[in-house]
Amino acid sequence: MSFKIEIENLSAWFGSKQVLKDITMKIRENVVTAIIGPSGCGKTTLIRCLNRMHELTPGSKATGKVLLDGEDIYGEGVDPVTVRRRIGMVFQKPNPFPMMSIYDNAAAGLKLNGVTDKRRLNEVVEKSLRVAHLWDEVKAELGKSGASLSGGQQQRLCIARALAIEPEVILMDEPTSALDPTAAAKIEQLIRVLIADYTVIIVTHNMQQAARVSDFTAFLYLGELVEYGSTKDIFENPKSELTEKYITGEFG
Amino acid sequence: MISLAYLALIAALIPLASILVETIFRGLSAMNSSFFLEEIPPLGEPGGGIGPAIQGTLIVVALASVMGVPIGVFSGIYLAEFRQARIASVARFLNDVLTNVPSIVLGIFGWTLIVVAIGWSVIAGAVALAIIMIPIITRTTEEAIKLVPMTMREAAIALGVPRWKTTLTVVLSNAKKGIATGILLSVARISGETAPLLLTILGSRFWFSGFTQPTAALSVAIFNFSQSPYRLIDWPRAWGASLILIFIILVINIIVRYATREKYGWANT
Repeated sequence: MSFKIEIENLSAWFGSKQVLKDITMKIRENVVTAIIGPSGCGKTTLIRCLNRMHELTPGSKATGKVLLDGEDIYGEGVDPVTVRRRIGMVFQKPNPFPMMSIYDNAAAGLKLNGVTDKRRLNEVVEKSLRVAHLWDEVKAELGKSGASLSGGQQQRLCIARALAIEPEVILMDEPTSALDPTAAAKIEQLIRVLIADYTVIIVTHNMQQAARVSDFTAFLYLGELVEYGSTKDIFENPKSELTEKYITGEFG
Repeated sequence: MISLAYLALIAALIPLASILVETIFRGLSAMNSSFFLEEIPPLGEPGGGIGPAIQGTLIVVALASVMGVPIGVFSGIYLAEFRQARIASVARFLNDVLTNVPSIVLGIFGWTLIVVAIGWSVIAGAVALAIIMIPIITRTTEEAIKLVPMTMREAAIALGVPRWKTTLTVVLSNAKKGIATGILLSVARISGETAPLLLTILGSRFWFSGFTQPTAALSVAIFNFSQSPYRLIDWPRAWGASLILIFIILVINIIVRYATREKYGWANT
């Protein structure tokens, strides 16, 4: 199994506060990797470093390397815009563009990047909405506002929007934490389907979710990578006492 | 407490309502079709109209907007998007000062800068009014853009949209209602400005004859009519011109509201 992303000695700061401390880990291709840990442990910062969203926060800083297919995305002359086209992101709170229709939301990545070919847009919109398991629910009302959908549908629309630019990796930052259990279950099923074509990295504070959905799990605590291994090992046979305590709910 | 607030509201509405009622009744009595279409007669002379003043106000305000709106909107975008830049805080401070500069001072400025060089003219008036518009538009644009949630920006940036393009598309389309409101406010404000126009466009009784020539304007005409000793002939004209000025501002309001109405009024965000 090959590695899609290799993180080497990654540290990150907000101002003078260090939130990630020397993280090194290799993420495999076409699997789901879950990042777990208590609030404030740096899990969100970690994935935001992987598509260079971290640097958008004023006063933030990151050092180290993140290799995507062997190439450092922090290397000199690398445009963060091209990185983000290869590594898509789904956010904690569903955030469809409220001024756009369902169709335009799904097409947003292409349209905003200058694609005007109607036929291609139609194809991509249908394909990504189908992959996101939303097509059958919205195909009759593509002109309606993306904000008119339910929370779960909005999140699947956001996944479709991320898929439409055909990234290789999809980062998900607690994608179901704002959703009810039924809507969350649909997203979890979808994640398992996505790994046929994509590499998925999901941040979650829900350990059952990590156990259900992921193949590998990384446990972060106070900005440090405590343990990383197959989900089975982490949950059934943790090496670190800290991991065991967190998983059994002793803290967090 | 609530009844006090209610009383205050009534007290605030009384002058507003009486101005409107007074202007409508007195203004309407001055109106007939020639009032809109004919040139302005000398003071005290019956007949004629205020056609050139309506035309002049529209031309000067339009030209001022052509200059002021893009400068104001783009300055506002800059201030909102580059909040930390050192120049931003200096510009923001100067902008706030400029907002509070009395308009007569800007009239003197336009007079010194342009009138002395090319004479009383539409251009000089438009420049003076544009300078009044710019700080208002800059401020409201900045505030409108700041209100666009960060999640919206991040959604676009995470799709590999360059930052500047994110601003010009997603951010602006989310902020356009606030920006349009700022533009509207400033247009309404300059439509009624009188002091800077007296010093720059001078006023005229005749139709528009070029951007480097003096021109009439409603506010200047209202001022001139009200100074007339022939109260029976000229004062109704002042009310008529006032009513038209209010009407123009009302129409601008309606247009902007219509143009920026929510495409999805029932959207829950």
